[in-house]
Amino acid sequence: MTLPLTPSQTVGPFFRIGLSTTIGSHVVHEGMPGAVRISGQVFDGAGEPVPDALIETWQPEGAGRCATDDEGHFAIVTIKPAQDGGATGAPHLDVSVFARGLLTRLVTRVYFPDEHAANGADPVLRTLSPDECSTLVAVREEGGLRFDIHLQGARETVFFDR
Amino acid sequence: MTTSSRSVHPPNDYPAYGSTALRAPKQPLRVLPARLGELTAPLLAGETIGALDHDLTRQHDADPLGERISISGRVFDQDRNPVAGALIEVWQANAAGRYAHLSDQHPAPLDPNFSGAGRCLTEADGGYRFVTIKPGAYPWRNHPNAWRPAHVHFSVFTPAIAQRLVTQMYFPGDPLFDQDPIFNSVPDPDARQRLVARWSLELTEPEWSLGYAWDIVVAGRDATPLDDDGAE
Repeated sequence: MTLPLTPSQTVGPFFRIGLSTTIGSHVVHEGMPGAVRISGQVFDGAGEPVPDALIETWQPEGAGRCATDDEGHFAIVTIKPAQDGGATGAPHLDVSVFARGLLTRLVTRVYFPDEHAANGADPVLRTLSPDECSTLVAVREEGGLRFDIHLQGARETVFFDR
Repeated sequence: MTTSSRSVHPPNDYPAYGSTALRAPKQPLRVLPARLGELTAPLLAGETIGALDHDLTRQHDADPLGERISISGRVFDQDRNPVAGALIEVWQANAAGRYAHLSDQHPAPLDPNFSGAGRCLTEADGGYRFVTIKPGAYPWRNHPNAWRPAHVHFSVFTPAIAQRLVTQMYFPGDPLFDQDPIFNSVPDPDARQRLVARWSLELTEPEWSLGYAWDIVVAGRDATPLDDDGAE
């Protein structure tokens, strides 16, 4: 008999006092070979930036965490995860999104734009339409990669059951 | 008995909580074919946690105002294994119902001796303990004359992303439960009650502090949505 789970509740608007510093936005040092800066903005259904979201990234090499600023910006410095093939497919970061107005976290993924072949064979991306895939593959920009998160709207990011 | 995460956790689409309107995704969640991963890197070094980080009453020169309490319990996974080394972070309002956060505009006094944040790592048996003061209820603008029941925010972070949990712990007998959409967003009344701590005479220290007991259950390490029994 399994134990019943503790339910989720929203992170609320004031999480910065408790969640800001223990896990940082740098999974690796900025100068490390292969280090990549993944930055983006979080938008709500009205297209407005979400200034009180928390982004957490997850990969075998470590976890990163960044709260959005007043314009909804976040940035994580990490490396592309080692590709282990098999069921997990193309290299990607698992991402959790927390915010006021989200009663449970949202789970999504960041894929890498220079992994064209691996992305094409990825068991998750293969189930999605090209438009849906485009919400999960970061784009190159000056100084790193850009990954915006749209909670709603025409470009709503694909989110996964947790 | 259902242990499905779908029936335990609140839906994000929950109109009674107004902030969900522009933030809850409209498209259905997709099911991942493979389980979510686990970290192989250390979660964080133990030395980054200070010896007093679990005691929110000893972070300033003097004692904070309010009812001194302890909150302690154990973290388990669904398969009854204690979860050791989990990072637990807590944050809360002060005794007057005000957060030490610039955006909190509730006209209740700040307490110069209370920051309202703490953290610890769970012991080998999954045990944790915080010392703090009981937070006050506070108004918010979700609906006319809306008040949040007293609560402490809890974040549980383990090497397995499937176990990640952010939640809130409430106090027994709070008269504000019935009108709080966040508490009531948990669909199953039994699950809702698992957010409420138990007052414990054993954990209450004579002439010093009231003790509350609250255990936390996170998903199994291998949990996937497909593994949940009783899925609805």
